Amino acid sequence: MKSEVIGLRDVWVYHDGLPVLEDVTISIRSHDFLGIIGPNGGGKTTLLKVMLGLITPERGEVKVLGGDPEGNRRHIGYVPQHSPFDHDFPISVMDVVLTGRAGQRLFGRYSDQDRKLAHDTLKMVDMLPFAKRQIGKLSGGERQRVFIARALVTEPEVLLLDEPTAGIDAHIQTEFYEILKKLKEKMAIVMVSHDLTAISIYVDKIACLNRRLFYHNSKELTSDDLEAAYQCPVEFIAHGLPHRVLKEH
Amino acid sequence: MVWMIEILQYGFMVNALTAALLSAIACGIVGAYVVVKRIVFISGGIAHASFGGIGLGYFLGIEPVICVIPFSIASALSIGEVSRRRGLSEDAAIGIIWAMGMAIGIMFISLTPGYAPDLFSYLFGNILTVPHSDLLIMLLLDVVIVILVYLFYKEFLAMSFDEEFATVVGVPAHRLYLLLLCLVALTAVVLIRVVGIILVIALLTIPATVSRRFTDVLWKMMVLSTIFSAMFSIIGIYLSYLFDLPSGSTIILVSGVVFLLSLLMPSRHILKY
Repeated sequence: MKSEVIGLRDVWVYHDGLPVLEDVTISIRSHDFLGIIGPNGGGKTTLLKVMLGLITPERGEVKVLGGDPEGNRRHIGYVPQHSPFDHDFPISVMDVVLTGRAGQRLFGRYSDQDRKLAHDTLKMVDMLPFAKRQIGKLSGGERQRVFIARALVTEPEVLLLDEPTAGIDAHIQTEFYEILKKLKEKMAIVMVSHDLTAISIYVDKIACLNRRLFYHNSKELTSDDLEAAYQCPVEFIAHGLPHRVLKEH
Repeated sequence: MVWMIEILQYGFMVNALTAALLSAIACGIVGAYVVVKRIVFISGGIAHASFGGIGLGYFLGIEPVICVIPFSIASALSIGEVSRRRGLSEDAAIGIIWAMGMAIGIMFISLTPGYAPDLFSYLFGNILTVPHSDLLIMLLLDVVIVILVYLFYKEFLAMSFDEEFATVVGVPAHRLYLLLLCLVALTAVVLIRVVGIILVIALLTIPATVSRRFTDVLWKMMVLSTIFSAMFSIIGIYLSYLFDLPSGSTIILVSGVVFLLSLLMPSRHILKY
């Protein structure tokens, strides 16, 4: 059996007294590629932040690689939704990627090994020619690849992606998913997305989140799950895609 | 350059120019962070709140510049901590601590018997009257600032760019943020003699903002804004000597004019892309 990388048990999170996550239990194992769909405000970003230990749940247990998330989140690669950064910030693409190594050793400069890793990772996402470019002077797709590189340079065991393809052109999205396909060999991936088509092609397992998590450790969701999650009947057409999200019904 | 040699014959001018250079180092380095991390008004709040330390110094009969160091660090830490509380906006925290610090200062001064000499120079600065002892304190604070920024350059950069991500990869981002606010507090102390509490914010922002137009690299921005700040102060000192103007506001107005001119010229990073 594959080992568990992230485990949540009976997790409840409240914002201002209102529940954002209700009784969420999920186990993510090495080499899983899990897609999480769900309506806006359904708690998807909160769920990722709970896994990262950035939000402490009111109730329930969170384990990352068997330990507490604060201690072990160094092994998680995180690609936030619209990274809250200032486009005018004076930092180069290379230096952004290097920040992924900033927590390795406090004090002093980056090591040669840090630089080599950053160099290789940028190469892998085809962004090496842009290494010296200021971060604001990139297109949305280029920037997203830089943020993936920044997450990968930590040499993570699991990659968390929050709406990674929002605002990116369709043909670039395809390239992006091809990168993920390669990464899947090496690590577990959890991707929050609105993009059902992409999810149905690339991911291995699907969960649907609207405060409660609907998940059967498989790629199938029942139409009851979707209706419960979205709180309205969902028209779902699996039009000749290689895989289906919905069970035959 | 003849005027330089001429005015250097006055001892107070030597002190003034030394103070200009020493303050340029602090505000060039810390000002770059203030501008890129967008903590201009937090810094304004810390600088103003430090007035409480001046008042306390008068009241206790201790040299105000020494008393202001722990006081401004305490205000920096309170702004940093209070603004993190949920349900309290950072804006409001800045406003409250800004005003509380000044109120405490005025309260102490009114409790101190007799007249408060030099009060005006703490508020608006008077670089022409900087005593030797203050130069020593400025030098010491510069050394502290340079060492800390040298040691934590990569961590400060990671934290300033994206605090949340820095936290995830194991950088103690919040503690570094508090440390940065303390550096702002120390810089405010350095600048009090030059431009005064009320105008500290100008030297923390204008040189760095002008430099930002010439480079996309943070450390180069620090070097450039140190040079700009020194230039603004020296030109300001000269003009205030020549026309008998208040030195603090002359320095700020010189900075402001250069800032406006910098908007007119095409800068390197605009040309680059």
